[in-house]
Amino acid sequence: MKLKDTIHFNWYKNLFVVFLLLVCAGGSAALTGADFSEVFENAGQIGIFMGRLAHPDFSYIPDILNPMLKTLQMSVVGTVLGVLFAIPFAFLATTVVTRNRVVTGVIRFLLDVIRTIPNLLLAALLVAVIGIGEATGVLTIAVFTFGMVSQLIYEAIETIDEGPIEAAESVGANKVQIAAWSIAPQILAQIASYTFYALEVNVRASTVLGYVGAGGIGVMLNSSLALLKYERVSVIILTILIVVAIVDALSEMIRRRLA
Amino acid sequence: MTKQKTSLQQWLIAAAVILVILFSAAGIDYSSLAAFTPSMGLEVLKGLMHPNWGFVYDGSGEDLLSLLLLTIGIAFLGTAIATVLAIPIMLLSASNLWKAHPWVARIGKFVCNVLRAFPELVYAIIFVRVVGPGPFAGVLAIGVHQIGMLGKLYTEEMEAMDEVPVEAVRAVGGNFWQAMLYARAPQLMPIYSSLSLNHFEIAVRSASTLGLVGAGGIGAPLIFAIQARNWAQVSIILLGVIITVFLLDLLTGYIRKKLR
Repeated sequence: MKLKDTIHFNWYKNLFVVFLLLVCAGGSAALTGADFSEVFENAGQIGIFMGRLAHPDFSYIPDILNPMLKTLQMSVVGTVLGVLFAIPFAFLATTVVTRNRVVTGVIRFLLDVIRTIPNLLLAALLVAVIGIGEATGVLTIAVFTFGMVSQLIYEAIETIDEGPIEAAESVGANKVQIAAWSIAPQILAQIASYTFYALEVNVRASTVLGYVGAGGIGVMLNSSLALLKYERVSVIILTILIVVAIVDALSEMIRRRLA
Repeated sequence: MTKQKTSLQQWLIAAAVILVILFSAAGIDYSSLAAFTPSMGLEVLKGLMHPNWGFVYDGSGEDLLSLLLLTIGIAFLGTAIATVLAIPIMLLSASNLWKAHPWVARIGKFVCNVLRAFPELVYAIIFVRVVGPGPFAGVLAIGVHQIGMLGKLYTEEMEAMDEVPVEAVRAVGGNFWQAMLYARAPQLMPIYSSLSLNHFEIAVRSASTLGLVGAGGIGAPLIFAIQARNWAQVSIILLGVIITVFLLDLLTGYIRKKLR
Protein backbone atom coordinates (compact mmCIF):
# COMPACT_ATOMS: atom_id res chain seq x y z
CA MET A 1 0.00 0.00 0.00
CA LYS A 2 1.37 3.39 -0.98
CA LEU A 3 0.53 6.79 0.43
CA LYS A 4 -1.26 7.82 -2.76
CA ASP A 5 -3.72 4.95 -2.26
CA THR A 6 -5.13 6.45 0.92
CA ILE A 7 -8.46 8.20 0.77
CA HIS A 8 -7.04 11.73 1.08
CA PHE A 9 -5.94 11.50 -2.52
CA ASN A 10 -8.35 11.19 -5.43
CA TRP A 11 -11.29 11.77 -3.13
CA TYR A 12 -13.04 13.88 -5.78
CA LYS A 13 -12.78 10.98 -8.24
CA ASN A 14 -14.23 8.58 -5.70
CA LEU A 15 -16.99 11.04 -4.92
CA PHE A 16 -17.88 11.19 -8.61
CA VAL A 17 -18.03 7.38 -8.82
CA VAL A 18 -20.27 7.25 -5.75
CA PHE A 19 -22.51 9.91 -7.30
CA LEU A 20 -22.69 7.90 -10.54
CA LEU A 21 -23.57 4.72 -8.66
CA LEU A 22 -26.27 6.54 -6.70
CA VAL A 23 -27.79 7.83 -9.94
CA CYS A 24 -27.78 4.29 -11.37
CA ALA A 25 -29.33 2.90 -8.18
CA GLY A 26 -31.97 5.62 -8.22
CA GLY A 27 -32.74 4.90 -11.87
CA SER A 28 -33.01 1.18 -11.15
CA ALA A 29 -35.28 1.84 -8.20
CA ALA A 30 -37.60 3.95 -10.35
CA LEU A 31 -37.52 1.33 -13.10
CA THR A 32 -38.33 -1.60 -10.86
CA GLY A 33 -40.91 0.24 -8.81
CA ALA A 34 -38.97 -0.34 -5.61
CA ASP A 35 -40.93 0.57 -2.52
CA PHE A 36 -39.19 -0.51 0.63
CA SER A 37 -42.04 0.47 2.92
CA GLU A 38 -43.94 -2.40 1.32
CA VAL A 39 -41.39 -4.85 2.69
CA PHE A 40 -41.93 -3.70 6.24
CA GLU A 41 -45.68 -3.46 5.89
CA ASN A 42 -45.86 -7.04 4.67
CA ALA A 43 -43.17 -8.34 7.00
CA GLY A 44 -45.91 -10.43 8.56
CA GLN A 45 -45.99 -12.53 5.39
CA ILE A 46 -42.30 -13.34 5.80
CA GLY A 47 -43.04 -14.28 9.41
CA ILE A 48 -45.83 -16.64 8.36
CA PHE A 49 -43.67 -18.16 5.66
CA MET A 50 -40.73 -18.66 7.98
CA GLY A 51 -43.01 -20.00 10.69
CA ARG A 52 -44.28 -22.70 8.38
CA LEU A 53 -40.78 -23.44 7.11
CA ALA A 54 -39.71 -23.89 10.72
CA HIS A 55 -41.88 -27.00 11.04
CA PRO A 56 -40.30 -29.48 8.65
CA ASP A 57 -42.30 -32.59 7.96
CA PHE A 58 -39.64 -35.26 8.47
CA SER A 59 -41.95 -38.08 7.44
CA TYR A 60 -41.54 -36.80 3.89
CA ILE A 61 -37.81 -37.69 3.80
CA PRO A 62 -38.19 -41.23 2.35
CA ASP A 63 -40.06 -39.75 -0.62
CA ILE A 64 -37.28 -37.33 -1.53
CA LEU A 65 -34.28 -39.64 -1.13
CA ASN A 66 -34.71 -41.11 -4.59
CA PRO A 67 -35.06 -37.74 -6.43
CA MET A 68 -32.07 -36.47 -4.46
CA LEU A 69 -30.01 -39.46 -5.60
CA LYS A 70 -31.20 -38.83 -9.16
CA THR A 71 -30.07 -35.20 -8.86
CA LEU A 72 -26.63 -36.36 -7.77
CA GLN A 73 -26.44 -38.88 -10.60
CA MET A 74 -27.46 -36.21 -13.10
CA SER A 75 -24.74 -33.90 -11.78
CA VAL A 76 -22.07 -36.60 -11.99
CA VAL A 77 -22.92 -37.70 -15.54
CA GLY A 78 -23.41 -34.11 -16.74
CA THR A 79 -20.11 -33.01 -15.22
CA VAL A 80 -18.18 -35.92 -16.76
CA LEU A 81 -19.71 -35.36 -20.20
CA GLY A 82 -19.11 -31.61 -20.00
CA VAL A 83 -15.46 -32.03 -19.00
CA LEU A 84 -14.81 -34.64 -21.70
CA PHE A 85 -16.08 -32.25 -24.36
CA ALA A 86 -14.38 -29.26 -22.77
CA ILE A 87 -10.85 -30.71 -22.97
CA PRO A 88 -10.38 -30.72 -26.77
CA PHE A 89 -12.05 -27.31 -27.11
CA ALA A 90 -9.89 -25.86 -24.35
CA PHE A 91 -6.79 -27.04 -26.20
CA LEU A 92 -8.03 -25.36 -29.37
CA ALA A 93 -8.78 -22.16 -27.45
CA THR A 94 -5.12 -21.44 -26.69
CA THR A 95 -2.52 -20.13 -29.09
CA VAL A 96 -0.03 -22.31 -27.22
CA VAL A 97 -1.57 -25.29 -29.02
CA THR A 98 -2.96 -23.86 -32.25
CA ARG A 99 -0.32 -21.20 -33.03
CA ASN A 100 -3.17 -19.58 -34.91
CA ARG A 101 -4.96 -16.48 -33.61
CA VAL A 102 -8.02 -16.90 -35.83
CA VAL A 103 -8.90 -20.45 -34.76
CA THR A 104 -8.35 -19.56 -31.12
CA GLY A 105 -10.41 -16.37 -31.44
CA VAL A 106 -13.36 -18.14 -33.03
CA ILE A 107 -13.37 -20.99 -30.49
CA ARG A 108 -13.07 -18.57 -27.58
CA PHE A 109 -15.96 -16.51 -28.88
CA LEU A 110 -18.12 -19.63 -29.12
CA LEU A 111 -17.19 -20.65 -25.58
CA ASP A 112 -17.95 -17.12 -24.35
CA VAL A 113 -21.39 -17.23 -25.94
CA ILE A 114 -22.17 -20.63 -24.40
CA ARG A 115 -21.12 -19.31 -21.00
CA THR A 116 -23.46 -16.32 -21.16
CA ILE A 117 -26.65 -18.42 -21.31
CA PRO A 118 -28.05 -18.65 -17.78
CA ASN A 119 -28.37 -22.21 -16.52
CA LEU A 120 -32.09 -22.20 -15.92
CA LEU A 121 -32.86 -20.65 -19.34
CA LEU A 122 -30.77 -23.36 -20.98
CA ALA A 123 -32.75 -25.98 -19.08
CA ALA A 124 -36.07 -24.40 -20.08
CA LEU A 125 -34.98 -24.30 -23.71
CA LEU A 126 -33.76 -27.90 -23.74
CA VAL A 127 -36.93 -29.06 -22.00
CA ALA A 128 -38.96 -27.44 -24.77
CA VAL A 129 -36.80 -28.95 -27.49
CA ILE A 130 -36.15 -32.45 -26.12
CA GLY A 131 -38.87 -32.92 -23.57
CA ILE A 132 -39.27 -33.27 -19.83
CA GLY A 133 -36.92 -35.70 -18.11
CA GLU A 134 -33.66 -36.42 -16.41
CA ALA A 135 -31.73 -36.77 -19.65
CA THR A 136 -32.54 -33.12 -20.38
CA GLY A 137 -31.11 -32.17 -17.01
CA VAL A 138 -27.94 -34.11 -17.76
CA LEU A 139 -27.60 -32.32 -21.07
CA THR A 140 -28.12 -28.91 -19.44
CA ILE A 141 -25.47 -29.64 -16.84
CA ALA A 142 -23.13 -30.94 -19.53
CA VAL A 143 -23.45 -27.75 -21.61
CA PHE A 144 -23.08 -25.55 -18.53
CA THR A 145 -20.01 -27.50 -17.36
CA PHE A 146 -18.56 -27.36 -20.85
CA GLY A 147 -18.66 -23.56 -20.82
CA MET A 148 -17.30 -23.21 -17.30
CA VAL A 149 -14.55 -25.84 -17.36
CA SER A 150 -13.25 -25.08 -20.85
CA GLN A 151 -12.38 -21.56 -19.70
CA LEU A 152 -10.64 -22.85 -16.57
CA ILE A 153 -8.65 -25.38 -18.59
CA TYR A 154 -7.54 -22.97 -21.29
CA GLU A 155 -6.42 -20.53 -18.65
CA ALA A 156 -4.41 -23.38 -17.09
CA ILE A 157 -2.85 -24.30 -20.43
CA GLU A 158 -1.72 -20.72 -20.92
CA THR A 159 0.35 -20.83 -17.74
CA ILE A 160 2.21 -24.09 -18.45
CA ASP A 161 5.93 -24.50 -18.86
CA GLU A 162 6.71 -24.24 -22.60
CA GLY A 163 9.97 -26.22 -22.36
CA PRO A 164 8.46 -29.68 -22.97
CA ILE A 165 6.58 -28.32 -26.02
CA GLU A 166 9.81 -27.04 -27.51
CA ALA A 167 11.50 -30.36 -26.78
CA ALA A 168 8.74 -32.31 -28.50
CA GLU A 169 8.68 -29.91 -31.43
CA SER A 170 12.42 -30.19 -31.95
CA VAL A 171 12.16 -33.95 -32.36
CA GLY A 172 9.37 -33.52 -34.92
CA ALA A 173 6.19 -34.14 -32.93
CA ASN A 174 2.92 -33.03 -34.52
CA LYS A 175 0.24 -30.94 -32.77
CA VAL A 176 -1.73 -33.90 -31.39
CA GLN A 177 1.43 -35.48 -30.03
CA ILE A 178 2.45 -32.20 -28.41
CA ALA A 179 -0.98 -31.86 -26.82
CA ALA A 180 -0.92 -35.43 -25.51
CA TRP A 181 2.70 -35.70 -24.35
CA SER A 182 3.84 -32.15 -23.53
CA ILE A 183 0.74 -30.30 -22.38
CA ALA A 184 -1.66 -32.88 -20.96
CA PRO A 185 0.71 -34.25 -18.27
CA GLN A 186 1.21 -30.73 -16.95
CA ILE A 187 -2.48 -29.95 -16.51
CA LEU A 188 -4.06 -33.34 -15.69
CA ALA A 189 -4.10 -32.69 -11.95
CA GLN A 190 -5.67 -29.28 -12.55
CA ILE A 191 -8.32 -30.74 -14.86
CA ALA A 192 -9.21 -33.29 -12.19
CA SER A 193 -9.44 -30.54 -9.59
CA TYR A 194 -11.66 -28.40 -11.86
CA THR A 195 -13.88 -31.40 -12.47
CA PHE A 196 -14.58 -31.75 -8.77
CA TYR A 197 -15.10 -28.01 -8.48
CA ALA A 198 -17.59 -28.16 -11.36
CA LEU A 199 -19.35 -31.04 -9.62
CA GLU A 200 -19.80 -28.89 -6.51
CA VAL A 201 -21.27 -26.05 -8.57
CA ASN A 202 -23.46 -28.45 -10.54
CA VAL A 203 -24.94 -30.17 -7.50
CA ARG A 204 -26.06 -26.75 -6.27
CA ALA A 205 -27.39 -25.75 -9.68
CA SER A 206 -29.09 -29.04 -10.47
CA THR A 207 -31.27 -28.84 -7.38
CA VAL A 208 -33.35 -26.11 -9.04
CA LEU A 209 -33.27 -27.47 -12.60
CA GLY A 210 -36.32 -29.59 -11.91
CA TYR A 211 -38.25 -26.35 -11.56
CA VAL A 212 -38.52 -26.18 -15.34
CA GLY A 213 -38.96 -29.94 -15.76
CA ALA A 214 -35.39 -31.12 -16.07
CA GLY A 215 -35.69 -33.84 -13.43
CA GLY A 216 -34.32 -34.40 -9.95
CA ILE A 217 -35.20 -32.87 -6.60
CA GLY A 218 -36.28 -29.57 -8.19
CA VAL A 219 -39.45 -31.27 -9.43
CA MET A 220 -40.42 -32.02 -5.83
CA LEU A 221 -39.47 -28.50 -4.75
CA ASN A 222 -41.63 -27.05 -7.49
CA SER A 223 -44.68 -29.18 -6.72
CA SER A 224 -44.40 -28.64 -2.95
CA LEU A 225 -44.18 -24.88 -3.46
CA ALA A 226 -47.10 -24.91 -5.88
CA LEU A 227 -49.22 -26.92 -3.41
CA LEU A 228 -48.18 -24.53 -0.60
CA LYS A 229 -46.81 -27.47 1.40
CA TYR A 230 -44.11 -25.48 3.16
CA GLU A 231 -43.40 -28.26 5.70
CA ARG A 232 -42.19 -30.28 2.71
CA VAL A 233 -40.37 -27.34 1.16
CA SER A 234 -38.31 -26.92 4.30
CA VAL A 235 -37.45 -30.65 4.41
CA ILE A 236 -36.38 -30.51 0.77
CA ILE A 237 -34.23 -27.44 1.35
CA LEU A 238 -32.67 -29.02 4.44
CA THR A 239 -31.89 -32.19 2.47
CA ILE A 240 -30.34 -30.15 -0.34
CA LEU A 241 -28.23 -28.27 2.21
CA ILE A 242 -26.94 -31.43 3.83
CA VAL A 243 -26.19 -33.13 0.51
CA VAL A 244 -24.44 -30.04 -0.86
CA ALA A 245 -22.37 -29.80 2.31
CA ILE A 246 -21.37 -33.48 2.07
CA VAL A 247 -20.47 -33.20 -1.63
CA ASP A 248 -18.47 -30.02 -0.95
CA ALA A 249 -16.54 -31.67 1.88
CA LEU A 250 -15.82 -34.83 -0.12
CA SER A 251 -14.74 -32.99 -3.23
CA GLU A 252 -12.60 -30.58 -1.24
CA MET A 253 -10.88 -33.53 0.41
CA ILE A 254 -10.18 -35.16 -2.95
CA ARG A 255 -9.00 -31.86 -4.44
CA ARG A 256 -6.56 -31.39 -1.60
CA ARG A 257 -5.19 -34.90 -2.24
CA LEU A 258 -4.77 -34.05 -5.92
CA ALA A 259 -2.95 -30.80 -5.30
CA MET B 1 8.28 -32.80 -14.79
CA THR B 2 9.10 -36.31 -13.71
CA LYS B 3 7.09 -39.41 -14.19
CA GLN B 4 5.20 -39.99 -10.97
CA LYS B 5 4.69 -43.31 -9.31
CA THR B 6 1.04 -44.23 -9.02
CA SER B 7 0.35 -45.55 -5.57
CA LEU B 8 -2.24 -48.10 -4.60
CA GLN B 9 -4.28 -45.36 -2.94
CA GLN B 10 -4.52 -43.38 -6.17
CA TRP B 11 -5.65 -46.50 -8.04
CA LEU B 12 -8.33 -47.04 -5.43
CA ILE B 13 -9.59 -43.44 -5.77
CA ALA B 14 -9.64 -43.76 -9.56
CA ALA B 15 -11.57 -47.03 -9.34
CA ALA B 16 -14.07 -45.49 -6.93
CA VAL B 17 -14.58 -42.47 -9.19
CA ILE B 18 -15.20 -44.68 -12.23
CA LEU B 19 -17.65 -46.82 -10.25
CA VAL B 20 -19.57 -43.70 -9.16
CA ILE B 21 -19.73 -42.49 -12.77
CA LEU B 22 -20.97 -45.85 -14.06
CA PHE B 23 -23.52 -46.12 -11.26
CA SER B 24 -24.80 -42.63 -12.06
CA ALA B 25 -24.94 -43.22 -15.78
CA ALA B 26 -26.93 -46.40 -15.20
CA GLY B 27 -29.39 -44.71 -12.84
CA ILE B 28 -30.65 -42.05 -15.21
CA ASP B 29 -33.89 -42.39 -17.10
CA TYR B 30 -33.09 -41.77 -20.77
CA SER B 31 -36.61 -42.43 -22.04
CA SER B 32 -37.21 -38.77 -22.88
CA LEU B 33 -34.39 -38.88 -25.44
CA ALA B 34 -36.16 -41.67 -27.33
CA ALA B 35 -39.06 -39.39 -28.23
CA PHE B 36 -36.66 -36.88 -29.74
CA THR B 37 -36.24 -37.02 -33.49
CA PRO B 38 -33.80 -35.06 -35.65
CA SER B 39 -36.67 -33.52 -37.62
CA MET B 40 -37.99 -31.98 -34.38
CA GLY B 41 -34.61 -30.51 -33.64
CA LEU B 42 -34.38 -29.20 -37.17
CA GLU B 43 -37.75 -27.50 -36.88
CA VAL B 44 -36.63 -25.77 -33.68
CA LEU B 45 -33.37 -24.71 -35.28
CA LYS B 46 -35.24 -23.33 -38.30
CA GLY B 47 -37.45 -21.29 -35.97
CA LEU B 48 -34.45 -20.05 -34.00
CA MET B 49 -32.79 -18.91 -37.21
CA HIS B 50 -35.60 -16.42 -37.84
CA PRO B 51 -35.69 -14.06 -34.89
CA ASN B 52 -38.79 -11.94 -34.49
CA TRP B 53 -37.13 -8.55 -35.00
CA GLY B 54 -40.42 -6.74 -34.45
CA PHE B 55 -40.17 -7.53 -30.73
CA VAL B 56 -36.94 -5.55 -30.26
CA TYR B 57 -38.70 -2.23 -29.83
CA ASP B 58 -42.35 -1.36 -30.26
CA GLY B 59 -42.72 1.45 -27.74
CA SER B 60 -45.18 -0.45 -25.56
CA GLY B 61 -42.80 -0.93 -22.65
CA GLU B 62 -43.26 -4.69 -23.06
CA ASP B 63 -40.63 -5.01 -25.78
CA LEU B 64 -37.18 -6.56 -25.62
CA LEU B 65 -35.16 -3.40 -24.97
CA SER B 66 -37.29 -2.15 -22.09
CA LEU B 67 -37.42 -5.62 -20.53
CA LEU B 68 -33.66 -6.02 -20.80
CA LEU B 69 -33.19 -2.60 -19.22
CA LEU B 70 -35.56 -3.67 -16.45
CA THR B 71 -33.55 -6.88 -15.97
CA ILE B 72 -30.33 -4.89 -15.64
CA GLY B 73 -32.10 -2.54 -13.23
CA ILE B 74 -33.18 -5.49 -11.05
CA ALA B 75 -29.65 -6.86 -11.01
CA PHE B 76 -28.08 -3.47 -10.27
CA LEU B 77 -30.39 -2.51 -7.43
CA GLY B 78 -30.20 -6.03 -5.98
CA THR B 79 -26.41 -5.98 -5.99
CA ALA B 80 -26.35 -2.41 -4.63
CA ILE B 81 -28.57 -3.40 -1.69
CA ALA B 82 -26.47 -6.50 -1.09
CA THR B 83 -23.22 -4.50 -1.17
CA VAL B 84 -24.50 -1.97 1.36
CA LEU B 85 -25.91 -4.62 3.71
CA ALA B 86 -22.97 -7.02 3.33
CA ILE B 87 -20.61 -4.51 4.93
CA PRO B 88 -22.20 -4.58 8.42
CA ILE B 89 -22.41 -8.39 8.14
CA MET B 90 -18.73 -8.45 7.24
CA LEU B 91 -17.89 -6.26 10.24
CA LEU B 92 -19.72 -8.78 12.42
CA SER B 93 -18.20 -11.92 10.95
CA ALA B 94 -14.54 -11.04 10.36
CA SER B 95 -12.66 -12.87 13.09
CA ASN B 96 -9.71 -10.45 13.04
CA LEU B 97 -12.03 -7.65 14.23
CA TRP B 98 -13.37 -9.70 17.14
CA LYS B 99 -10.21 -11.14 18.61
CA ALA B 100 -11.50 -10.69 22.16
CA HIS B 101 -14.93 -12.19 21.40
CA PRO B 102 -14.56 -14.90 18.74
CA TRP B 103 -18.17 -16.03 19.22
CA VAL B 104 -19.44 -12.81 17.54
CA ALA B 105 -17.63 -13.70 14.34
CA ARG B 106 -19.10 -17.19 14.48
CA ILE B 107 -22.62 -15.76 14.67
CA GLY B 108 -21.92 -13.48 11.70
CA LYS B 109 -20.62 -16.37 9.61
CA PHE B 110 -23.63 -18.46 10.54
CA VAL B 111 -25.96 -15.68 9.33
CA CYS B 112 -24.08 -15.59 6.00
CA ASN B 113 -24.33 -19.35 5.60
CA VAL B 114 -28.06 -19.36 6.29
CA LEU B 115 -28.66 -16.51 3.83
CA ARG B 116 -26.67 -18.32 1.16
CA ALA B 117 -28.35 -21.64 1.78
CA PHE B 118 -31.65 -20.93 0.03
CA PRO B 119 -31.60 -20.94 -3.76
CA GLU B 120 -32.41 -17.53 -5.30
CA LEU B 121 -35.54 -19.01 -6.82
CA VAL B 122 -36.92 -19.77 -3.36
CA TYR B 123 -36.27 -16.19 -2.23
CA ALA B 124 -38.03 -14.97 -5.34
CA ILE B 125 -41.06 -17.10 -4.50
CA ILE B 126 -41.09 -15.75 -0.92
CA PHE B 127 -40.82 -12.12 -2.03
CA VAL B 128 -43.44 -12.49 -4.75
CA ARG B 129 -45.72 -13.36 -1.85
CA VAL B 130 -44.52 -10.42 0.26
CA VAL B 131 -44.51 -7.52 -2.21
CA GLY B 132 -46.56 -9.02 -5.00
CA PRO B 133 -45.38 -10.18 -8.40
CA GLY B 134 -43.12 -7.72 -10.22
CA PRO B 135 -39.55 -6.57 -10.61
CA PHE B 136 -39.26 -5.42 -7.00
CA ALA B 137 -39.63 -9.01 -5.80
CA GLY B 138 -36.68 -9.89 -8.04
CA VAL B 139 -34.63 -7.03 -6.58
CA LEU B 140 -35.25 -8.31 -3.05
CA ALA B 141 -34.54 -11.93 -3.97
CA ILE B 142 -31.20 -11.06 -5.54
CA GLY B 143 -30.39 -8.63 -2.76
CA VAL B 144 -30.98 -11.04 0.10
CA HIS B 145 -29.22 -13.95 -1.60
CA GLN B 146 -26.20 -11.83 -2.44
CA ILE B 147 -25.85 -10.42 1.08
CA GLY B 148 -24.83 -13.94 2.05
CA MET B 149 -22.53 -14.39 -0.96
CA LEU B 150 -20.84 -10.99 -0.70
CA GLY B 151 -20.77 -11.12 3.10
CA LYS B 152 -18.76 -14.33 2.96
CA LEU B 153 -16.35 -13.06 0.30
CA TYR B 154 -15.91 -9.69 2.05
CA THR B 155 -15.18 -11.48 5.31
CA GLU B 156 -12.57 -13.69 3.68
CA GLU B 157 -10.82 -10.66 2.20
CA MET B 158 -10.94 -8.83 5.53
CA GLU B 159 -9.41 -11.80 7.31
CA ALA B 160 -6.70 -12.22 4.68
CA MET B 161 -5.67 -8.55 4.56
CA ASP B 162 -2.25 -7.19 5.40
CA GLU B 163 -2.39 -6.03 9.05
CA VAL B 164 0.82 -3.97 9.00
CA PRO B 165 -0.84 -0.64 8.08
CA VAL B 166 -3.43 -1.25 10.81
CA GLU B 167 -0.68 -1.76 13.36
CA ALA B 168 1.00 1.41 12.12
CA VAL B 169 -2.17 3.45 12.65
CA ARG B 170 -2.72 1.89 16.10
CA ALA B 171 0.94 2.58 16.99
CA VAL B 172 0.51 6.34 16.46
CA GLY B 173 -2.63 6.33 18.61
CA GLY B 174 -5.40 5.83 16.07
CA ASN B 175 -8.56 4.21 17.42
CA PHE B 176 -10.51 1.31 15.90
CA TRP B 177 -12.54 3.44 13.47
CA GLN B 178 -9.52 5.50 12.39
CA ALA B 179 -7.67 2.27 11.62
CA MET B 180 -10.73 1.10 9.71
CA LEU B 181 -10.93 4.27 7.64
CA TYR B 182 -7.25 4.96 6.98
CA ALA B 183 -5.68 1.50 6.90
CA ARG B 184 -8.32 -1.12 6.16
CA ALA B 185 -10.69 0.69 3.80
CA PRO B 186 -8.08 1.82 1.24
CA GLN B 187 -6.71 -1.70 1.01
CA LEU B 188 -10.06 -3.43 0.74
CA MET B 189 -12.09 -1.00 -1.38
CA PRO B 190 -10.69 -2.09 -4.77
CA ILE B 191 -11.19 -5.77 -3.93
CA TYR B 192 -14.70 -5.18 -2.62
CA SER B 193 -15.63 -3.16 -5.71
CA SER B 194 -14.30 -5.90 -7.92
CA LEU B 195 -16.28 -8.56 -6.05
CA SER B 196 -19.45 -6.49 -6.24
CA LEU B 197 -19.00 -5.98 -9.96
CA ASN B 198 -18.49 -9.70 -10.39
CA HIS B 199 -21.72 -10.33 -8.50
CA PHE B 200 -23.49 -7.77 -10.65
CA GLU B 201 -22.60 -9.98 -13.64
CA ILE B 202 -23.98 -13.02 -11.82
CA ALA B 203 -27.07 -11.05 -10.80
CA VAL B 204 -27.84 -10.13 -14.42
CA ARG B 205 -27.87 -13.83 -15.27
CA SER B 206 -30.14 -14.65 -12.32
CA ALA B 207 -32.41 -11.69 -12.98
CA SER B 208 -33.08 -13.03 -16.44
CA THR B 209 -34.34 -16.28 -14.92
CA LEU B 210 -36.32 -14.97 -11.96
CA GLY B 211 -39.21 -14.09 -14.26
CA LEU B 212 -39.97 -17.82 -14.13
CA VAL B 213 -41.70 -17.31 -10.79
CA GLY B 214 -43.17 -13.88 -11.54
CA ALA B 215 -40.33 -11.75 -10.22
CA GLY B 216 -40.10 -9.49 -13.26
CA GLY B 217 -37.58 -9.06 -16.02
CA ILE B 218 -37.08 -10.85 -19.29
CA GLY B 219 -37.64 -14.37 -17.88
CA ALA B 220 -41.44 -14.39 -18.01
CA PRO B 221 -41.88 -13.55 -21.73
CA LEU B 222 -39.16 -16.07 -22.53
CA ILE B 223 -40.91 -18.87 -20.66
CA PHE B 224 -44.23 -18.01 -22.31
CA ALA B 225 -42.57 -18.06 -25.72
CA ILE B 226 -40.89 -21.41 -25.00
CA GLN B 227 -44.14 -22.94 -23.78
CA ALA B 228 -45.98 -21.68 -26.85
CA ARG B 229 -43.11 -23.05 -28.96
CA ASN B 230 -42.86 -19.62 -30.56
CA TRP B 231 -39.24 -20.12 -31.62
CA ALA B 232 -38.94 -16.78 -33.43
CA GLN B 233 -39.73 -15.02 -30.16
CA VAL B 234 -37.46 -17.34 -28.12
CA SER B 235 -34.67 -16.68 -30.55
CA ILE B 236 -34.83 -12.88 -30.31
CA ILE B 237 -35.06 -12.94 -26.50
CA LEU B 238 -32.15 -15.36 -26.12
CA LEU B 239 -30.15 -13.22 -28.53
CA GLY B 240 -30.97 -10.16 -26.46
CA VAL B 241 -29.98 -11.86 -23.18
CA ILE B 242 -26.73 -13.22 -24.61
CA ILE B 243 -25.69 -9.87 -26.11
CA THR B 244 -26.58 -8.00 -22.91
CA VAL B 245 -24.70 -10.40 -20.65
CA PHE B 246 -21.76 -10.42 -23.05
CA LEU B 247 -21.52 -6.60 -23.19
CA LEU B 248 -21.90 -6.23 -19.42
CA ASP B 249 -19.20 -8.86 -18.84
CA LEU B 250 -16.88 -6.91 -21.13
CA LEU B 251 -17.68 -3.65 -19.32
CA THR B 252 -17.24 -5.04 -15.81
CA GLY B 253 -14.14 -6.91 -16.92
CA TYR B 254 -12.66 -3.63 -18.14
CA ILE B 255 -13.52 -1.81 -14.91
CA ARG B 256 -12.15 -4.65 -12.80
CA LYS B 257 -8.87 -4.58 -14.70
CA LYS B 258 -8.66 -0.83 -13.99
CA LEU B 259 -9.30 -1.43 -10.29
CA ARG B 260 -6.38 -3.80 -9.97
